[in-house]
Amino acid sequence: MTTLNSNIDFKLAHNAAGQLQFTDSDGTVFDGINLVRAFPISAPDEGLSIISQQGHELAWIPSLVDMPAQIKELIEAELAQREFMPVIQRIHQVSSFATPSIWDVATDKGNTQLTLKAEDQIWRLKNNRLLITDKNGVNFMVNNIEQLDKHSRKLLDRFL
Amino acid sequence: MLNVVNSTTVNSKTLPPNPSSRLLPNFWQPIVQSHLNDAEELQAWLEINLDEQLHFTEHLLVITNRRLVYFGPAKTDAGVQNALLREYVYRNGLKLCQHDHAGIYSLELFDQNLRLDSWRYTLTSDTSSTRFIKQFEQQCTSYVSGKPVPVEATEPCPKCRYPLTAEQDECPQCSSEIDTPPSTWTLFRLWRFAKPYQWQLLAGFLLMLASTAATLVPPYLTIPLMDKVLIPYQNGVPIDTGLVGLLLGGLLGSALLAWGLGWSKTYILALVSERIGADLRTITYDHLLKLSLEYFGGKRTGDLMARIGSESDRICVFLSLHLLDFATDVLMIIMTAAILISINPELALVTLLPLPFIAWMIHIVRDKLRTGFEKIDRVWSEVSNVLADTIPGIRVVKAFAQESRESSRFREANQHNLAVNDRINKIWSLFSPSVTLLTEIGLLLVWAFGIWQISKDEISVGVLTAFLAYISRFYTRLDSMSRIVSVTQKAASGAKRIFDILDHVSSVPEPSNPVHLDKVSGKIEIRSAGFRYGNRAVIKDLNLIIEPGEMIGLVGHSGSGKSTLVNLMCRFYDVSAGSISLDGVNIRSLPISEYRRNIGLVLQEPFLFFGSIAENIAYGKPDATRAEIIEAARAAHAHEFILRLPHGYDSLVGERGHGLSGGERQRISIARALLIDPRILILDEATASVDTETEKEIQRALDNLVHGRTTIAIAHRLSTLHKANRLVVMDRGQIVEVGSHDELMASEGAYYRLYQAQARNVDTDLDDISSDERIANKEASA
Repeated sequence: MTTLNSNIDFKLAHNAAGQLQFTDSDGTVFDGINLVRAFPISAPDEGLSIISQQGHELAWIPSLVDMPAQIKELIEAELAQREFMPVIQRIHQVSSFATPSIWDVATDKGNTQLTLKAEDQIWRLKNNRLLITDKNGVNFMVNNIEQLDKHSRKLLDRFL
Repeated sequence: MLNVVNSTTVNSKTLPPNPSSRLLPNFWQPIVQSHLNDAEELQAWLEINLDEQLHFTEHLLVITNRRLVYFGPAKTDAGVQNALLREYVYRNGLKLCQHDHAGIYSLELFDQNLRLDSWRYTLTSDTSSTRFIKQFEQQCTSYVSGKPVPVEATEPCPKCRYPLTAEQDECPQCSSEIDTPPSTWTLFRLWRFAKPYQWQLLAGFLLMLASTAATLVPPYLTIPLMDKVLIPYQNGVPIDTGLVGLLLGGLLGSALLAWGLGWSKTYILALVSERIGADLRTITYDHLLKLSLEYFGGKRTGDLMARIGSESDRICVFLSLHLLDFATDVLMIIMTAAILISINPELALVTLLPLPFIAWMIHIVRDKLRTGFEKIDRVWSEVSNVLADTIPGIRVVKAFAQESRESSRFREANQHNLAVNDRINKIWSLFSPSVTLLTEIGLLLVWAFGIWQISKDEISVGVLTAFLAYISRFYTRLDSMSRIVSVTQKAASGAKRIFDILDHVSSVPEPSNPVHLDKVSGKIEIRSAGFRYGNRAVIKDLNLIIEPGEMIGLVGHSGSGKSTLVNLMCRFYDVSAGSISLDGVNIRSLPISEYRRNIGLVLQEPFLFFGSIAENIAYGKPDATRAEIIEAARAAHAHEFILRLPHGYDSLVGERGHGLSGGERQRISIARALLIDPRILILDEATASVDTETEKEIQRALDNLVHGRTTIAIAHRLSTLHKANRLVVMDRGQIVEVGSHDELMASEGAYYRLYQAQARNVDTDLDDISSDERIANKEASA
């Protein structure tokens, strides 16, 4: 599957329904396709798959960087609409150091609250990154623990 | 997030008078009210918490009987204010659609195929927007056609319109779990386990009082020994042998008494604490077994094992040893203080001066240590998790030659352990010497003040000696008391981790008002069921009615939600929306074990427990007679091969049934299901992991099993479903087709494609196809 359509012989466009429309080399049109990152956390820009509504792979994009600007733009805009992973910039306060705990956080998407169900909902990734999954399944990201301010780090430390 | 207003409570334009509970938040009241026309009723609303750029902002979607209105913040001259942003008056062809991806939900409004609008939000409560969409559809149709909205047959929950059955006393959607963190005074919660032993505890406490008092007698006797015997002797008075004998006798007597009392107190309290520990373990394990599969899915075995095993032991040691010592010490300090004050208040004051200071120091360090110890616990379970992961998977590790990788993973976890320990030891190592230093300073103070008082003739030498004897004991105890800080914290964090399990309310709770079904006929109704696993919606708005005795074949690609549906039917999980009912009763209202007794489950990978074959067959019905066991085994076509084993039914099968082939294990598990004679039978890929020959054997066994029972069978090989009355084709959490083999083949839909794909597949042998043709023929003739 990995070598499938690695060179660009397809077209991407928006249809009237606002969905992405995929046209393959034979001219077959697929509406409402999905874009899926293969490694959304470890390597978001590598390995992108275009999946039909029926769940079949239509095209494989090994690297987003190598794509023509127009397609890249479309893909990025679409992904930006679908992907939601607020980056925590500051932890204002936590309701308790025992879980479940409600955190007031500032993210790049604004201020919000998240409920941490258990400590194991915090995943340690490489390079001091953390992935925090809240009660509702929303993923929050901490890009670098070291770069958080002291207050946030102190709060966070109690859960690590 | 979703709220539907009960339309009877809403008159035109006036909003509900009481904005409490789940009614429209106060925040939105004025703006919504100002935009509603006369004769316009608010029907439902949905809070949208993200804007187009996916920033957290408050928006509101409102359904009235006329239109869909979207409110949100807008820039005006007076700054950002909430305003009516967009509205859509109902017309033909309007459609709301909902998708979700990674925790973010999107709601899209279509006019035919043209997208008019879209909104995004995260789910902040357990209710789902599917009912919002339903409301929208109902209101829209009613507005366009002019017909009133159909009245819902069942009485809905007054708060959220979730359909309730007569038996349900509270709405499962509204009364979802509340997120309250456990109290920090976790250790006191152990009282629940200590309560049954309160009399033994009281006896132990009284003995403790007495023994502590006995240990305090000897220093007191040093006063007369010094003042009435030794000092007079130095001044030329002969020794009073009678008095000396009396005093020495008192010393010996009090020592013997303290010994006897101390022994009995320690024995009684150790006995009790051991029992408390044992109760704690059993109750935690029992509770763990009752938790839903969801909990086990999210936890690692190593961690759970550590919690029940070593943590409970740590608590036990804490109670029997450290807490006991600490209580004795506290008693001693109080008694000593009383004695000292009664002898000489001024000197007593000086003696006790360092005490609050030390107490304060303990308090400071305690906080730092607690977090540290919690951290050590977590790191420790990380280490054991590496082991628990690797050792069962050792074949995979070796096969891929990844020993060094696993070793480095372990080393890494260990390194983390080391780092955390290093940090905590830095504080800890400073602590003990500081206490010792304070002790020395305290003694120095007493010496200095005592000598000064003697020089003023305020006290005798005997009193100073007694004080020194008291406080040297007292300070050595302080040193050991300071150790209580660490052990208490360790025990408290252990207790917290155990109570984490105990506090975890099963996500499949037992009903508060259980309904008992006498005779189960086996009719299953699934009404608009939805299920989310983490942030993935696995089942979406699924409706299916299965008649008693009917056999349903569940067909679909892997990942289409078949197994999840089966798990929901077994109530391993609870639906997050909609309901599943058995014989018209919501399965949430039935006692769990009573409900599951009606279900026979045959899995793809049969799990056999360590024990004899007979025990394994009788697993669901331990009191089954041998005749019943054999009957079940015969029906499962297992009888003959069992007899071929050296010890027949008493042959031991090892862990997970080593020594038996896959087909043999499967037939034992079929016998197990047969023995409990369930009304409902669930076959989850029962024949997927065996060869065709064995499959036929199993199929014959299954045919016996299916007879007369409501059966839900999942199968990849479509040929195994030849007995099914109806085939249900699933795709991505939804039912796409329902019908018999012939009907589905004729309609050339999803089933047809699946069937064709399988017929072409080289894996499918001729036998499968011919049997399929057989069914086709049979069905045609029927």
